[in-house]
This record gives sequence, structure tokens and C-alpha cells, in this order.
Amino acid sequence: MIDGFVALYIFMLAAFTGYEIIARVPVILHTPLMSGSNFVHGIVLVGAMVALGHADGPLDIAIGFIAVVLAAGNAVGGYVVTERMLEMFKSSRPGGANGEKG
Amino acid sequence: MHADVLTRWLPEAIRACYLIAALLFILGLKRMSSPRTARGGVVWAGVGMLLAVLATLLLPGMHHLGLIVLGIAVAGGLAWWSGKRVAMTDMPQMVALYNGMGGGAAAAIGVFELVGAARVAAMGGVDAMAPAALVLAVLGVLIGAVSFSGSLIAFAKLQGWMDRRFVFPGQQVFNVLILLLAVVLGGVLIFAPPAMAVIAGFLLAALAFGLLMTLPIGGADMPVVISLYNALTGLAVAFEGFVLQNEAMIIAGTVVGAAGTLLTQLMAKAMNRSLGNVLFGSFGAAAGEAQ
Repeated sequence: MIDGFVALYIFMLAAFTGYEIIARVPVILHTPLMSGSNFVHGIVLVGAMVALGHADGPLDIAIGFIAVVLAAGNAVGGYVVTERMLEMFKSSRPGGANGEKG
Repeated sequence: MHADVLTRWLPEAIRACYLIAALLFILGLKRMSSPRTARGGVVWAGVGMLLAVLATLLLPGMHHLGLIVLGIAVAGGLAWWSGKRVAMTDMPQMVALYNGMGGGAAAAIGVFELVGAARVAAMGGVDAMAPAALVLAVLGVLIGAVSFSGSLIAFAKLQGWMDRRFVFPGQQVFNVLILLLAVVLGGVLIFAPPAMAVIAGFLLAALAFGLLMTLPIGGADMPVVISLYNALTGLAVAFEGFVLQNEAMIIAGTVVGAAGTLLTQLMAKAMNRSLGNVLFGSFGAAAGEAQ
């Protein structure tokens, strides 16, 4: 059981961590990084699996299944798209910026 | 004896997997923020994701494992296929789509928990959920649902399905009223025993607000808006992670929430715009460039 204050400490430290790792990102990486962080919150899949895994009755199963389907789309799609964007950064030098603007 | 050792250590081993996953996410994002290491970063995060998902399948007391695997296989397969074949220039809307799905998933988890609490309340039970968990579940649904419908509109606009900006008189007031309705219904869920009808109304109001908030924003500003919804989804995931007592979701969600907020500001700055101008610019006199 995560106590309320422990959760607040986790929130605080994780928020600083998130802020710090992005602080010096070059403009060329804005879109790939957005895509990368989009993949990372695909971890919601774990929660969706837990929900469906503890579903009790048709309504529960339906909501849990929707959660799993949406979350799996987030995780898998997020990974594929991020990997494709970052393929352009092949060498040790910044490559093309095709994925930069929509 | 052997089974006893397994039941005692398996939950701890799974939590250790979540810890390693959280570490890999942070290191992966760190690598993704530098051009030299960016490419490997996504692989690090991917390994963390795989580890967390496989560990979750081993959680004791899980039912419907077949349905879980089926859902992941079908949705994951479709996402894989769509992500591989999309043109490089269409990437931003795919990010919007997948991000919206994540927000929707977080909202669905919150609704799942609230429906469970409503069932307990209907049977005369009290304290179906701890107060902090209840508040965060409601907040997670609100934020996740706004991110879901908002991201879908962003996707539709960038895909070219919605060329016109959608503006009508009194729109801003109307939007605020819808948001207020969602907040009031959320408050009712927190302070009164949760009821199914209130949950449904709350979810619909939150979805409507995300829709209405995104409709007036022009296509050129969409990358900034998608980044904002990305941060919001992260926050919603973190809140629902607290409800489920899942450390990996709390840490990954919060990291993305904070990183995404900063990234949104950086992107707006790179366009010489303020975030407020992007979100509400179409209402003012200096309406920005339409697509």
C-alpha cells in the first residue's frame, strides 16, 4: 500500500526528473521526444490489464477490455512511430528533420 | 513448500520488474533528448514496457487472461500495421491518435474503479474507495477523457477530415460551462456515494469539453496541442496508477506529465507563440493563421 505522503514524494521526484531530462533538448528532437513520451505513458496498458484481470460481470469486462484495447494501441503504435522517427538519427550527427513539422 | 515460496516472492519480483521498467523509461527518455543517443533511447523504453507487461501477466489472481492477450494482440497488431505504413509527414496525427487512446485507457480505468465503487454503494456498503483514491480516480477520468476526445479531433484535423475551424458566438462561455458541469458532476461523485448515472454524465461532459476545446484550434497549431494532451495523458495515467497502487504507472505517468508540459512550452516558444495564444487565439481579434 502506497501511503498518501509517499505517493506525493514519488510525484514530486518523478516530476523533477521529467523536467530535468527534457531541459536541454534541441528543437529537432521536439516531435520525436513527444512521440517517445507518448510511448512511455503506454504503461497504462499495465493498469488496463489489472482492471480487466479483476473484472466481475459483463459491464466490468466491457470497460476493462476497452481499456486494454486502447492502451495496447497507445503502447504499440507509440513505439513503432517513435522508432521510425528516430531512424533518421542514424549517425552520430543529427540527420534530416523530416518528422519535425506536420 | 515450493509453491509457498513462489506465492511469497512472485509479487515482489513483479514489483521489481516495475522498478526496472521505470528506470528504463527514464534512461530511455534521457537518451531520446540528445541526437547522438536518441535512436537507442526508444529501445531502452521498449524493453521496459515489455518487461512490465510480461510481469503483469504473472500477477496472482488475474482472470480473463485470454481476453487480455486477445485485446493486446488485436489492438497491438492494428497499431503496429498502421504505424508502419503511415507516411513520414503524417506522423504527428498518428502520435495524436495513439496518445488519445492512452488517455481513453486511463479514463476507462478510472470509470472501471468508479463503477466498482458504485456497485458497492448500491449494495449499501460505505467507503468503497479511500478518499484520496476516489479524488484521483475522478481527476484521472476528467483529464484522460479530455485528452481522448481532444486528441481524436487533433487527429481528424491533421488528417484533413476537418478543414474549417469551428467557431461560434459565445463559444468560450459555452466551453467553460461544459467544463463547470464536468467539475460539478465530478464533485458529486466525490462527495456523494457514486451512482452509475452520475458517472455516465461526468464522462460525457468531460468528453464534450475535450471536443469543444480542440475544435476552434487551427491545424498549424496542432503539434503544440498534441504535446499538451500528451502531458495530460501522462498525468491521468499517474493518477490512475495511484488508484491501482501501481508504482510503474505513477512514475512513468508523472515523468511524462512533467516532461510533456515543458516540451509543450518549448514547442510553443519555437513557434514564437505562447501556449495561451495557441489554445485561445482563435477567440481573440488576432486570430492565427488557419491551416
